[in-house]
Amino acid sequence: MKSKVALTGNEAVAQAMKQINPDVVAAYPITPQTEIVQIFSSFVANGEVDTEFVAVESEHSAMSAAIGAAAGGARAMTATSSQGLALMFEVVYIAASMRLPIVFPVVNRALSGPINIHCDHSDAMGLRDSGVIQLFSENAQEAYDNMIQAVRIAEHSDVRLPVMVNMDGFITSHAMDVLEVLDDETVRNFVGTYVPEDYLLDAENPISIGNFDMYDFYFEHKRQQVEAMKAAKEVIREIGKEFGRISGREYGLIESYKLDDADVAVVVLNSAAGTAKGVADELRANGVKAGVLKPRVYRPFPQDEIREALKGVKAVAVLDRAETFSTCGGPIFADIRNVLYDLKNDIKVVNYVYGLGGRDLRLEHVAQVFEELENIRKTGRVDETVKYLGLRE
Amino acid sequence: MATLKELSRVEERFVGGHRLCAGCGHGISVRMILNAVEDANVVVGCATGCLEVASTIYPYTAWNCSFIHNAFENAGATISGVEAAYRALKKRGKIDRDFKFIAFGGDGGTYDIGLQSLSGAMERGHNIVYVCLDNGAYMNTGIQRSSATPTGADTTTSPAGKVIPGKQQPRKDLTAIMAAHNISYAAQTAINNWQDVHKKAKKAIEVEGPAFLNVLSPCPRGWRYNTPDIVQITKLAVETRFWPLYEVENGKWKLNYKPKKYVPVEEFLKPQGRFRHLFKPGNEHLIKAIQEEVDSRWLALLERCGETPELPPR
Amino acid sequence: MTPYNPFNRNFGTGTRTKAVRPDMKWHELTRAGNIYEPGNANTYETGDWRSIRPVWNKERCIHCLMCWRYCPDASVIAKGGKFETFDYKHCKGCGICAKVCPVNAIDMVPEDEIKKVKEANKDEE
Repeated sequence: MKSKVALTGNEAVAQAMKQINPDVVAAYPITPQTEIVQIFSSFVANGEVDTEFVAVESEHSAMSAAIGAAAGGARAMTATSSQGLALMFEVVYIAASMRLPIVFPVVNRALSGPINIHCDHSDAMGLRDSGVIQLFSENAQEAYDNMIQAVRIAEHSDVRLPVMVNMDGFITSHAMDVLEVLDDETVRNFVGTYVPEDYLLDAENPISIGNFDMYDFYFEHKRQQVEAMKAAKEVIREIGKEFGRISGREYGLIESYKLDDADVAVVVLNSAAGTAKGVADELRANGVKAGVLKPRVYRPFPQDEIREALKGVKAVAVLDRAETFSTCGGPIFADIRNVLYDLKNDIKVVNYVYGLGGRDLRLEHVAQVFEELENIRKTGRVDETVKYLGLRE
Repeated sequence: MATLKELSRVEERFVGGHRLCAGCGHGISVRMILNAVEDANVVVGCATGCLEVASTIYPYTAWNCSFIHNAFENAGATISGVEAAYRALKKRGKIDRDFKFIAFGGDGGTYDIGLQSLSGAMERGHNIVYVCLDNGAYMNTGIQRSSATPTGADTTTSPAGKVIPGKQQPRKDLTAIMAAHNISYAAQTAINNWQDVHKKAKKAIEVEGPAFLNVLSPCPRGWRYNTPDIVQITKLAVETRFWPLYEVENGKWKLNYKPKKYVPVEEFLKPQGRFRHLFKPGNEHLIKAIQEEVDSRWLALLERCGETPELPPR
Repeated sequence: MTPYNPFNRNFGTGTRTKAVRPDMKWHELTRAGNIYEPGNANTYETGDWRSIRPVWNKERCIHCLMCWRYCPDASVIAKGGKFETFDYKHCKGCGICAKVCPVNAIDMVPEDEIKKVKEANKDEE
């Protein structure tokens, strides 16, 4: 049974957490994630879940306690944003290296400084090399759906990795959206009961976790993590299909929007993909063959799918909502350009950094990007590889 | 009180083959404390430090029980997460066995970098025991000062130099800070008195709610005393009242040992290389200042314990 | 799909601990560097750190077990509530046991001397 409801992104995520009813949630409030913790606390207080809620004193402790809980054999979750994720940084790597299936929503917000509370992706991008799986969500519906699938992805025996579910701060987290939620039983059946493999509270089989790993073994254990990330791609696809069967919404690693015959394409994560799709539709009506590629999974990086989706395109613009300060573009740009290099067919790839600190991405910004892509396609000339959108210059 | 004959029959939880230095106080402390767990299932948590790196060098673990090391500053939060998992899984009928939860951290991982995580775990009321193995410096990285380092000690980041004679600040009183959390049990103990360690460990393990133990656990390398003399050096710490033995149970402070006579702090300082510079002619005032610090802390402690605030007879 | 590698979870079972070799491939090692055999450090020997060794004097020993209590390396083996033996595979020769013994029933003897005595005995044979 499905029902249409009006919820904010945060409410949708909290709703998913309620239906999953994890064993342990350890979390700390931070704007714009706070509502998730608040709403979930009220579920605990009102007996709507029987989760052990650990109201920790920092995000570092939130992830540390989630690690302890997951290592103990519990289905564990946390949630955070921005500075909170930055404070967790150290232990996110450890959670991944310990192969603990911790699911944690991240409501994307710009990193300090200067301090800012609004959306960009600098928080998530800071942890792209941490070994966690990163899912991105265009809207509240996808955030809800991703949360439910994340549990299965994280706990799959080929994977056993933390999963970070991203959605845009305020834009998605606080805006009311109409979405379809599944009934509790369907979600319960879908996520199933967590059966830990190796855990501290297995009285018959004591285990030592987090051991000192020197140069003679560390490298091999890191290689194991890569294998889990590789396996995760197939697992994410399978679970995306299975989720389609219960919800009517199937998920893959990327979403290709009108790319089949596209000349020009924009690559963009999260909520801005909606804006880009709208602009592409308008341009299509005017005869421009525009398309949009929205990676749903950023880590592991779906290079084969992206290469396949973009191989016929003449010019691509990658929109990055984060700076790397490398002076050669944003993080996704580097990845996309790298993937297209193998095609050796001279696809022009340019980069636009946009929306830092919550700066609006307007329809006309995306229209401008497509216009410039059309120019590149026609002239074969790129004047400037990395540009800014919506910046006063 | 169990005898050593009885206690020696308890299964060893911290086995040989770990790579702590010869004569390390931590090996003694950990064995004493885990011995008090007796037959219960236990999960041990550990902060990064000497104990952790020496006891779990892959693929060997010295822990004859479940063990988790996470990072340096989060042993408190980590063990509280394991304990939360225990409550959740027990409640949901996924496990049926009982468990005890004990976290170990050095003074660096407890007084300094792990203080927030520990404070949070204590305040939240988890049924855990946190044991600080206090050897008064960051020994694992090569003897750097911590907030547990005694006044005057020569460490690699508070060296006894030409101008500054060792560490200039008094020690942080962590046991009192933990007691101020109004936890079920907080105590300070030292390995020279094994009965005291055993009794306190047992109480900490058995009490409902959070418990904290601060164990003086000497480091022969960092303190620079004759390695076999570990019991004597620890005993001097207690007899000079540098390290008083006391406990705080449900808010009630109790002194567990009162030296019969006034032993000057010099007796504790003298056998240790880290204090050698204090004994150079012209530095008498430094020792005097340390003595004053010890005496005033002792009097304040007696007052808290409801005893007459007086120094032992000279 | 990438074939799932069943990581060797049990290499550390019993005497097979020694089966862990530095040349093992990444997919042969335990997942995440977990150790599945509690207390397997006792198969790692630290006895060769020792330059002086404790020698038990049976006649003097009163079996108070202070040496057992204060050994940092669990290398005093007690059996049935009595001193049984030293575990020389792990004893690092710190000398604490000899110091805490109230009846001087433990002598610390340099390993060189032990070696000399052993060699002398061999010659006699």
